[in-house]
Amino acid sequence: MAVIPLERKPLTLIERTYVPQIVAGLKTTFQHLLRPKETLEYPEQRPAIPAGYRGVPTLVKDPHGREKCVSCQLCEFVCPPKAIRITPGEIAPGAPTSHVEKAPQEFEIDMLRCIYCGMCQEVCPEEAIFLQNQFSMTGYTREEMVNNKARLYELGGTLPDQHHKWDKKKTAEEHGNDRH
Amino acid sequence: MVEFYLQLHPVVQGLLKGLAVILVIFPIGGACSMAERKVSAWIQGRPGPNRAIVPWVAWIPFLGTFLQRLGIFHVMADGGKMLFKEDALPGHVNKFYFILAPIVAMIPALTTVTTVPFGAYLDEAGRVIPLALANVDIGLLAIFAVSSLGVYSLILAGWASNSKYPFLGGVRASAQLISYELSMTLSVVPLFLWVNEPGREATLGLGRVVEFQSQPGFMGGMWFIFIMPVSAFIFLTSLFAETNRQPFDMPESESDLVGGFHTEYGAFKWGLFFVAEYAHMVIGSAVFTLLFLGGWNPLPWVSLADMAAWVHLADQPILLGVLSIGIFLGKVLAMIFFFMWVRWTVPRFRYDQVMEIGWKKLLPLAIANLLAYAIGIAIIQK
Repeated sequence: MAVIPLERKPLTLIERTYVPQIVAGLKTTFQHLLRPKETLEYPEQRPAIPAGYRGVPTLVKDPHGREKCVSCQLCEFVCPPKAIRITPGEIAPGAPTSHVEKAPQEFEIDMLRCIYCGMCQEVCPEEAIFLQNQFSMTGYTREEMVNNKARLYELGGTLPDQHHKWDKKKTAEEHGNDRH
Repeated sequence: MVEFYLQLHPVVQGLLKGLAVILVIFPIGGACSMAERKVSAWIQGRPGPNRAIVPWVAWIPFLGTFLQRLGIFHVMADGGKMLFKEDALPGHVNKFYFILAPIVAMIPALTTVTTVPFGAYLDEAGRVIPLALANVDIGLLAIFAVSSLGVYSLILAGWASNSKYPFLGGVRASAQLISYELSMTLSVVPLFLWVNEPGREATLGLGRVVEFQSQPGFMGGMWFIFIMPVSAFIFLTSLFAETNRQPFDMPESESDLVGGFHTEYGAFKWGLFFVAEYAHMVIGSAVFTLLFLGGWNPLPWVSLADMAAWVHLADQPILLGVLSIGIFLGKVLAMIFFFMWVRWTVPRFRYDQVMEIGWKKLLPLAIANLLAYAIGIAIIQK
């Protein structure tokens, strides 16, 4: 590799007084003074959330309004800070979703422990837990910072679903092909 | 109203005038602290403090929002906080001097106001009479003498705090102020050599300097910043050092001395140091304006008397006085903006650089400048 020696010129007298540099600096700062402001005024103006953002973890329903979580507890086991607590429950036999295996009786995510890593979303076989766009969680007590099942569904809402896995399974079962 | 005022005892008149000036200086100090925050924010591309508002002001349609965006009410919030928060007195300090220091800081800051003329009006004979609390002949000398007492408050605060960082801050403050006082005084000597022409009664009054800058003719109406740019530069640089502004904030140096001399101070006592710093800045800007920027003359080569003739205010001493005070205050505020502008442009100097600039650059330059102008003035005024 060729070495290119750069000649370092000695400063001229006018440069050594620093005055031209200070004047140039003053010009720069004055231009910044008149420029539009860079910052967002947060509560009123919100930043644009990029795709794939990992915000507060939430539980979602499928387009038919069925809760997708089947309380397999994989997320609970994978969660590095152990922020998730699931109490598994049965689905009542007469319910319209009785063909689904199970449902959580209670689902809690402690947001004081959550590290927003997204492992729960990655591990979920039912695509029931998603880290969505909300980035700000506040509360006055420790209890307030624990999201229970109702709150998680409220935050999560409904997301589109391509598979409708349990509906397909139910249809297959009705047509006598329960090992489909 | 005017007759009633004029028949009062001179002492009462003086007290009223003093009170009026203090009532102007204090809000300017408060506004400066706000302006500092706003200017720094704008230069850094932020909107700055713009949230606090008093509910009944919020009801005014446009003005209320405008004042809120301008951050006017943050000044009140700051002031209220400083007044009412607990004034803690650390156990290890020398209590008497610790409390004395902020008071000593305020005294020179407010005393120097007395000898600064801040406006002018025309009397019946058409002569320009400067407005000042005390238009004394020693003018600038009095200002230098009293304002340099301000360093005692920093030394007292640093020493009485009885801990390392404040002490270092106090030592640096004294070294810095002594170094720059010299070049500051030397830089204005040629100006007074020029003003005190042979055959006139000698004076150091600031009113006379402004009068000199409002003569007719090309050279007569020229402000001193054009005649003596080197003097103006040295004076301005020393002024930054004397008022402990960046880039010369050695007494405070947040980055290496926590808070410098006021590390142990809080609440109202700290607020007094703060106001004293801004008062020094206001006085410094006022003196610079008087010496080099033509005082209350609106523009170079346009004196106040000319302007009074144009707007037909020559026979209205009160209106003309208010106008001249407005022009003067405008220039002072522009200078204060310049102080802030420089603060957010130039990085701060190290302590050894401050000493080197003071002793090895500015002082020889000031002496050379004095000699050159002394010889030149001797030849011209022969």
